[in-house]
Amino acid sequence: MSKNKIKAAIIGPGNIGTDLLIKAKRSDLIDPVWMVGVLPDSPGLARAADMGLHTTADGVNGMLQAMKKDEVKICFDATSAYAHQENSRLVNEQGAVMIDLTPAAIGPFCVPPVNLASAVSEKAMNVNLVSCGGQATIPLVAAVSRIQSVSYAEIVATVSSRSAGPGTRKNIDEFTRTTAKGLEIVGGASAGKAIIVINPAEPPLIMRDTIHCLTVDKPEQDKISESIHQMIKEVKKYVPGYNLKNGPVFDGNRVSIYMEVEGLGDFLPKYAGNLDIMTAAGLRTAELYAEEILAGRFSP
Amino acid sequence: MDLEGKKIIVHDMCLRDGMHPKQHQITVEQMVTVAKAMDSSGIPLIEVTHGDGLGGASVNYGFPAASDEEYLRAVCKEMNHAKVSALLLPGIGTVDHLHMAVDCGVSTIRVATHCTEADVSEQHIKEATKIKNLDTVGFLMMAHMIPAEDLVVQLKLMEDFGANCVYITDSAGYMLPDDVTERVQLARAELNPATEIGFHGHHNLAMGIANSLAAVDAGASRIDGSLAGLGAGAGNTPLEVFIAVCERMGVETGVDLFEAMDIAEDLIVPLMDDMVRVDRDSLTLGYAGVYSSFLLFAKRSAEKYNLSSRDILVELGRRHTVGGQEDMIEDLALDMARERGTI
Repeated sequence: MSKNKIKAAIIGPGNIGTDLLIKAKRSDLIDPVWMVGVLPDSPGLARAADMGLHTTADGVNGMLQAMKKDEVKICFDATSAYAHQENSRLVNEQGAVMIDLTPAAIGPFCVPPVNLASAVSEKAMNVNLVSCGGQATIPLVAAVSRIQSVSYAEIVATVSSRSAGPGTRKNIDEFTRTTAKGLEIVGGASAGKAIIVINPAEPPLIMRDTIHCLTVDKPEQDKISESIHQMIKEVKKYVPGYNLKNGPVFDGNRVSIYMEVEGLGDFLPKYAGNLDIMTAAGLRTAELYAEEILAGRFSP
Repeated sequence: MDLEGKKIIVHDMCLRDGMHPKQHQITVEQMVTVAKAMDSSGIPLIEVTHGDGLGGASVNYGFPAASDEEYLRAVCKEMNHAKVSALLLPGIGTVDHLHMAVDCGVSTIRVATHCTEADVSEQHIKEATKIKNLDTVGFLMMAHMIPAEDLVVQLKLMEDFGANCVYITDSAGYMLPDDVTERVQLARAELNPATEIGFHGHHNLAMGIANSLAAVDAGASRIDGSLAGLGAGAGNTPLEVFIAVCERMGVETGVDLFEAMDIAEDLIVPLMDDMVRVDRDSLTLGYAGVYSSFLLFAKRSAEKYNLSSRDILVELGRRHTVGGQEDMIEDLALDMARERGTI
């Protein structure tokens, strides 16, 4: 184990947690050492144990005693909004930052290429990753709003039926509300609206995202196009399959951007770009925290 | 077919599905005028919402002339006998919209999902069942896309969540009468006998009346239609025609046929921007199994990018697009235009 890595724990050994684990194993800055679950026979816990992690099926309580000894400084929560608040409180008490992949949103929103630096410099002990649709679209709303005022931003996220888990399905309103809020707070639009469509086609479709911005004044086409292309480059650094399909289309004050998000296929299938962008954003966030901790600028 | 003595509820769609061909520009005054006339004709249930349901106001689907709340408040208070329903598509509208609609005075909430995705309606149907006396309907769209056995599994989910009525919805106007018979029969056999079954047709293959009769024969007790057929694609089952057929066959609808005809002719037809009918494009919807409200979007993109709207619609069908994917149309048109060198 390198001394230049910050130790981390993943709570929730499901598909998201496992994909995150595989990504974190490749990181130069993060060393995943704990996987926390609640079901003793969970295949995710078994996989994590095979990869050399400590595991517990007793939830966060099963790890708490060991956190300080094992120097866990960062935790990822890939469980549910329902469980998140208590999980966060417990690990914060042990001096670890919580990166929230659930829709709980008790901490400030974090969309890495837009406001990760400010979240980290504010030393927030809990940051929330908005939603998959938020991670895929907010950067582009920000790319437009940094050029000129956006009165309204609307996104349509279309995901394959296979990639929409039971949590999303049981509380789909949380997606639309949280994402809309993210479009405003992080994206910089005066008003936001989010729509999600689930498509059952086989083979499963790759996540698609449409971003519509209405600008206050006539859009400055060249500047906006350039800003969008720059932002896509930034996102591609951690999600290589983040691709512009069409646009920007300019029509009056409307700016429309058509994206496709293909995942890396680490543990989740490639079409599930919606899940991949969450795990990739989670890791990216953790890495920036790790840099701050390693440089002695932050000690959670 | 012997339907003598059956009683059904007809549900008019002009002021919701009819918003599609009107690009959601029906005014509050027009809605009130139409709804009052329908009320006096004996139509028992009238749907009033943005074409894409509560919260549908958007760049993606179109901004309406007034808000759902303005439409619903204005119409509900004018009704003497007729009840008002609102449509809600989870992913577009939320339970907040549901409560708003109830507050405005709707008696019925219809929660709509794609035919394979009933579980996303759990949150909304359960919330609706908490409201006293709210008629709660589950509405499975594009029901032609899966076999009857699979469809019934999804209908049962909605029933389990608490819907007292479930709908088989032919959003693409693709079904033929036998398709309807098979699905409604199996649903009738498998669902709780107290759960009502409804059928919502589109007239893209001119099967609206035949399909609705097949549904009634197989056990459906609610039939959607719209006077003069004002609805997406080639429109919904033309309601005044269906009422006339019901009268001939001894099916009770409780609606005054001549009044219904007069509303269709004197109020609805003059509202139409273009004649809602089976034409090359709307026929393509039915033939290719495409969501009916894609029609005008495909026409606009075809014009903008020098393509054939029929080609766009056929490709949308081939890709198994589902309701709500209107954003796919310009994206696809741009791909096609680049391939064909028309831009």
